[in-house]
Amino acid sequence: MLPEIPQTLYYLLSAVLFTVGAVGVITRRNAIVIFMCIELMLNAVNLSFITSGNFLNSLDGTIFVIFIMAVAAAEAAVGLAIFVLIFRLKGTVHVDEFNLLKG
Amino acid sequence: MIGIGIGFKWFIFVVAALMATGGSLMMVTRKNPLYSALWLIVTFFSVAILYVLLNATFIAVAQVMVYAGAVMMLILFVIMLIHLEWGAQWERKLSFAKLMGGIITIMLFLQILAGVFTYSDSGQKGIYSAQKLAELGNTQAVGTLLYGKYVFAFELVSILLLVGIVGAVLLARKRND
Amino acid sequence: MADLIWLIPAFPAIGFLINGLLGVRFPKTLTAWIACLSVIASFAVSAAIFVQFLQLAPESRVYEKTVFDWIVSGDFKTQIGFRIDALSIIMCLIVSGVGSLIHIYSAGYMHDDPGFRRYFCYLNLFVFMMLTLVTADNVLLMFVGWEGVGLCSYLLIGFWYEKDSAANAGKKAFIVNRIGDFGFLLGVFMLVGTLGAAGVWTLKFSELQANVHLIGPGLATAITLLFFVGATGKSAQIPLYVWLPDAMEGPTPVSSLIHAATMVTAGVYMIARLNFLYVLAPTTLLIVTVVGLLTAFFAATIGCAQYDIKRVLAYSTVSQLGYMFVGVGAGAYAAGVFHLMTHAFFKGLLFLAAGSVMHAMSGELDMRKMGGLRKKIPITYWTTFIACLAIAGVPGLSGFFSKDEILWMAFSRHHSFWFWALGALTAGLTAFYMFRMFFNTFHGECRASEEVKHHIHESPKVMTIPLMILAVLSIFGGYVGVPHLLGGSNHIEKWLEPVFGHHAPVAATHSAGGFGIVSTAFASTAEGHGAGGGVEMQLMIGAIIIGLLGIFIAWLFYVKKPDLPEKFVRKFQGLFTLVHNKYFVDELYGFVFVKGLFKVGKVCKNFVDETIIDGIINGMAGALSGIGGLIRKVQTGFVQGYAFGIIFGAIIVIGYLISRIL
Repeated sequence: MLPEIPQTLYYLLSAVLFTVGAVGVITRRNAIVIFMCIELMLNAVNLSFITSGNFLNSLDGTIFVIFIMAVAAAEAAVGLAIFVLIFRLKGTVHVDEFNLLKG
Repeated sequence: MIGIGIGFKWFIFVVAALMATGGSLMMVTRKNPLYSALWLIVTFFSVAILYVLLNATFIAVAQVMVYAGAVMMLILFVIMLIHLEWGAQWERKLSFAKLMGGIITIMLFLQILAGVFTYSDSGQKGIYSAQKLAELGNTQAVGTLLYGKYVFAFELVSILLLVGIVGAVLLARKRND
Repeated sequence: MADLIWLIPAFPAIGFLINGLLGVRFPKTLTAWIACLSVIASFAVSAAIFVQFLQLAPESRVYEKTVFDWIVSGDFKTQIGFRIDALSIIMCLIVSGVGSLIHIYSAGYMHDDPGFRRYFCYLNLFVFMMLTLVTADNVLLMFVGWEGVGLCSYLLIGFWYEKDSAANAGKKAFIVNRIGDFGFLLGVFMLVGTLGAAGVWTLKFSELQANVHLIGPGLATAITLLFFVGATGKSAQIPLYVWLPDAMEGPTPVSSLIHAATMVTAGVYMIARLNFLYVLAPTTLLIVTVVGLLTAFFAATIGCAQYDIKRVLAYSTVSQLGYMFVGVGAGAYAAGVFHLMTHAFFKGLLFLAAGSVMHAMSGELDMRKMGGLRKKIPITYWTTFIACLAIAGVPGLSGFFSKDEILWMAFSRHHSFWFWALGALTAGLTAFYMFRMFFNTFHGECRASEEVKHHIHESPKVMTIPLMILAVLSIFGGYVGVPHLLGGSNHIEKWLEPVFGHHAPVAATHSAGGFGIVSTAFASTAEGHGAGGGVEMQLMIGAIIIGLLGIFIAWLFYVKKPDLPEKFVRKFQGLFTLVHNKYFVDELYGFVFVKGLFKVGKVCKNFVDETIIDGIINGMAGALSGIGGLIRKVQTGFVQGYAFGIIFGAIIVIGYLISRIL
């Protein structure tokens, strides 16, 4: 008889997804891809919340995730609009070009 | 998820987990951003399956609808808009900065693992067990909570979404100079 | 009456305030009246107190009044307080008496000057400060007066400030005085510290006198020496006398009041006042005597070669001050003060007379351009004659008694014939140059230009009456000090006994510290009874002869055979140039000190200020700039770099938290 799926595994999966996303953020040079990696990180965190909510018999995790999703959606909208604007300005979305803040 | 054998549960879990991990890895390593986006959709779907396994059916559906549906559509449209679909602005070179980034992220991973493995429940559990949820209905229970206890946060988030919409429209407007 | 002693300095202060604040619209007469009356009122109060003193027993001739607490700091307390005893009443009488005569004279002398009101303000301020100096009951208040008279001296020397030479002379006076004052202050600090180390925190004269035994001889020598440095500045002794001849740039009544009768005597007064301290330091007293003697001789030689009548008088003042210091240095404080008094009379008179001559000669100062004034300005002639006799030490006039006293004390206290000899020689030189000036100015042919000859006239009464009063005093003022040898009873000696006779008999290398010449001459075992009297008589006669010789030589050179001076000068050309140019002391000071200070200033400016200080400041700015430049490199504008930084920070924080759990 197999045991219930332990919550540690879920957390482990969440950690892996988060790390992959972080690596992508630091490594990739395309602004859109960086943005997608950020979305991946958010998803990893969502998974972690749902897990804890499930194993603690609480719906608070679910509520949290709803809000995270809402925020992520709004952020996606605005962020992509900015990307479009930057593309119009610079002609590229390669992050190495965005150094106007260089001191 | 109730009413399914434990063996099957494990099977679905393993498959979904592998799909998620693999998808994310593929996403990060593709040269063409279009392929990255598609692999991300795959990842989102696998995560949704995991949500179902965790008795969060409402969220699973919301995930598919919002993330895999709306957000990814948005991203795909933008990719098309700026003509990145033919890809390749990225020279695959392993610079020192990227190596450092990788190492640091591995360290973060290890730290998270340390946190995970030393975690223990406090012992006090809430009231919404899997049986109760199946009884009440997941969506219904979520709705009760959302419009009951957390209505304030709910309203704020709605305003946030409004602001996001207005902002996005405003930003992407064509200038009438 | 004791309660009113503060009025003595207060009256001139009131005069100064009224004239200064309200006097802009006053007519000249009103200003002059206010100023003169205030000083006369001071004199009246002093005279009244003097009369009261005469009726009291000698020990109780002390009035003290404290007005209010000035500095209270821990155990140290200083008050604004006044003290009138036998010594200060004499000084008050001299200052206010001669001062009022000079005020009256000035009303006539300065009549046409546009700065009339300013002049009387300064003069009143000066009298106020001087009276504060002599009536102060503690060292600090005395120093206030000391500084104040220095200030007024500067203001009055540079009275005609549009003239460069006057302004420079004023500056020179103040700066040289300041150097002396620095020494004085150091002395005050040492005094307070020394007594304080023994637990007594005071600067009041009465308390100092009571506690003087707490000061060891070495410290006492140091303290008294430092005070004496201040005295050399104020009273124009070597090496700080250089300001006094230049001070003749001021109006002549100023020279008379400040630089003859009152301010320059402050140093002598200070030593006399602190006699209980000086008696502990015989080395300092010896130094005082030697410096005084050298100054007297040195200045006398310079006086022989000057043509400007005021310069002659200035060097004469330096020389006579030297005599006063010889007196106090020999422990004969009463003799020094006596000479101070008689000197105030005849030197004050000489300066006023010089002013009268200048008035007659339309401002001419060079004695080579004068002559034959005898018949034309008779009052000035006779009063000057009397003053010259007094200063030359002709028997019967005041100068004779005081000078003779000092010479005798110099001989007997220090047992040195050479001291006496130098002093007598100087007396001879004094007689010579004074009569040289007198004969050149009043006798012989008039060598002035025609225009000046026309205007020669006697001065108005307001100027000649003070001359006559001072002449009378020059004759009879000495009779208060007739020595016992000649049958007098030396009143001034006895009068000053309570002040000077009170020091402990320790540490005196010669017998009988400070009692009158009577005691020294007759009780000193070294001299012997009859021999003392005999030696004194011999010395007196010797001095008289030398004095008369000086007058005779002057008469020979300038009246009988007027071509002798020319031949003399031509024969000793080099010596004459040296003496005429004041031994080039001013040039020496200028070269060593003034140029030296300029060089130091230059070094400070170039090296210390520009290189070091500016270097430090600019260096700091540069360093900050550099650090900023380095830190600026963090801002790459590169978003992924920032993300890297965030994760790095997160790792550190999480790592810390985990380490706490583990």
